[in-house]
Amino acid sequence: MLPGAEPHSKHVSNNGAVGGPMKFVWFNLMPWPDLPDNFREDHRSVWVDIDSKLFDPERANGLYHEYMDQLEFADEMGFDGIGVNEHHQNGYGIMPSPNLIAAALARRTSNAAICVIGNSIALYNPPIRVAEEFAMLDCISGGRLVAGFPVGTPMDTNFGYGQIPALTRDKYDEAHELIIRAWAEDEPFAFDGKYNQLRYVNCWPKPIQRPRPPIYIPGGGSIETWDFCLDHDYNYSYLSFNGHKAGRVLLDGYWERVAERDKDESPGRASFAQIICVADTDAQAEELYAEHILYFFNRCLHVHPGFADPPGYRTVKTIKAGKLGGLRKENQEMFKTLTWKDLVEGGFVIAGSPDTVREQMEQMIKDLRIGTVFGLFHMGDMPDWKTRFSTQLFAEKVMPSLKNIWPELETDDRWWCHPIEDRVRPEYTIESARARAQMQSQPSVGPEGVV
Amino acid sequence: MPLEMQRLATRRGIECDLLTAGDGPDLVFFHGAGGASPDDPLLAALAQIFRVHAPVWPGFGTDETETAIEDMLDFTLHGWDLVDALDLAGPPLIVGHSMGAMIAAEMASVARHDLRQLVLLTPAGMWIDAEPTPDLFAMLPFEMAATLFHDPVMGEKLMTGGLDFDDNDALTAFMVANSRRLGTAGKILFPIPNRRLSKRIHRIGVPTLVVGGESDGLVPPNYIELWGESIADSLVVTIAEAGHMVHVEQPQAVADAIVAFAN
Repeated sequence: MLPGAEPHSKHVSNNGAVGGPMKFVWFNLMPWPDLPDNFREDHRSVWVDIDSKLFDPERANGLYHEYMDQLEFADEMGFDGIGVNEHHQNGYGIMPSPNLIAAALARRTSNAAICVIGNSIALYNPPIRVAEEFAMLDCISGGRLVAGFPVGTPMDTNFGYGQIPALTRDKYDEAHELIIRAWAEDEPFAFDGKYNQLRYVNCWPKPIQRPRPPIYIPGGGSIETWDFCLDHDYNYSYLSFNGHKAGRVLLDGYWERVAERDKDESPGRASFAQIICVADTDAQAEELYAEHILYFFNRCLHVHPGFADPPGYRTVKTIKAGKLGGLRKENQEMFKTLTWKDLVEGGFVIAGSPDTVREQMEQMIKDLRIGTVFGLFHMGDMPDWKTRFSTQLFAEKVMPSLKNIWPELETDDRWWCHPIEDRVRPEYTIESARARAQMQSQPSVGPEGVV
Repeated sequence: MPLEMQRLATRRGIECDLLTAGDGPDLVFFHGAGGASPDDPLLAALAQIFRVHAPVWPGFGTDETETAIEDMLDFTLHGWDLVDALDLAGPPLIVGHSMGAMIAAEMASVARHDLRQLVLLTPAGMWIDAEPTPDLFAMLPFEMAATLFHDPVMGEKLMTGGLDFDDNDALTAFMVANSRRLGTAGKILFPIPNRRLSKRIHRIGVPTLVVGGESDGLVPPNYIELWGESIADSLVVTIAEAGHMVHVEQPQAVADAIVAFAN
């Protein structure tokens, strides 16, 4: 089959089923695809102080629509969720406001969960804004929101948005407490926080999912984040670009912590981001995708290392437990010399025929014990047709056989959204939605003169 | 001769190490974001003339008290709590370096009669839009010496004590200490080392010596000039062949300037 030549078939999706088996989220980082060949040599960083002259707003017009179309395509393909995230001043993520994208997606899809992974809650003053916008998204989507609360990378949080590194986590904790209470409480309340003093907290609107949507906590390896997830039964989402082999080490540590805390070992407690490239054959995968994946690793991950770890951002406990090799001079050049072979063998990328990908995915899901996969299908400067080709092959030939890896998740509905049955669906026209609304309400006369 | 290490506790209950040496008029020294050392050559030189008291800021010693200090006012009042805890005979000469000078200037602004004189060595705390200073927080360990020292080769040796950054354990130990120190310093220096002292600096009423390093890459000469202009009764001295770490690169010249000023 010629890639992209065959129109995709319309899938019957899982209809946003409650709970259920293994979840696959189609995630788009929304990279800038026109970073120059000399980017690594002639530019200091893809993030924070990226040369703003590289951004072309008119090019972005088509690009945003292409990326959103792909997310909608993933919904049609039957993915359980479509995922967006927040980065600032970042050449591999032109999505400083994922909520804008999510709102558009909520209007054009009705099945997939809207996974906003997430909003950097320490950045918003007051963070009640996040509670409100997430509540709006949950209402618009009919209860399909999966809410992510990242602490935020230092590049975004500290260098881009100026938060003090040593206070970031404290501010995050307070923002989290405020948002959860704002969703849960039925009466206005006063909140006397260190960073937020609010006399009247009254989250209006409220989310459909009560007391809250499922919460995913993206983490990069902070020890404290594990306990935070376990304290609240949130999903720990390990989002790295280093692939499942490197991820194993960290997630093994997480599962040890789960056991130490005497928590149940539901695979729903963990998720993982993985770059996935599917083609008809292994050789075709390299032929089609290698250049785009290498674009991602060589250009998009070219971050000035001084932005990666400002003193105070990570706790002493985490530094002691962590590996700091990335700060050594020679390791800063690592990605530059990686080849496709290195990336595939190292597990950075799961690539190949449907059989190859299925086998590796199954291994990964079991090894990492994850209930949700954030699949990264569009990477770097990958063109639309290749992205869809890979996505469709995965949806048709890989995903179905992986859906039931964890039968126990069938009855464990803590980790996924709970959409309402009679939600507005985009297959209705806006007129029919209005008609439906009119049927449900009495004709009313508003007070004159009130706008 | 190294300084003697003692313990000090404030009325708030924050304990810390205190370096002391010498005999003479009381001099309180507040160290910068690089930390305090019993081998500090400036303190040794000053101890020839003064009774030197150099308390260690939270985050910079073994006491894990840094969560108690969150903002400029916390630092400023903690500074005065330390001076109170020293139980001195009268208002002291206060000397600060870099971040320590920033705090000392705040202290002198809020309690303008509680000190005798003020010495600010390459002080942090000002910002000139047209001349932004380098971002210390985005620098890699091996890049810092070139910004902070007139002689970066000697500077790197001084900063690391010959530590090999390619040794993972050594790097981890350094990063832990660095994270605590600069993490705490970041509460008043990140992302821009300006906590609006300019609104209060007119209150400084004691004679003040401002000391710059000729080749300071972090607080360049225009900043030193601005400090001099902002404080009514001030004297500006620039030390040759010295960078931001003026007190370790030219300790005797700095000590001489302080002694001359104090007299």
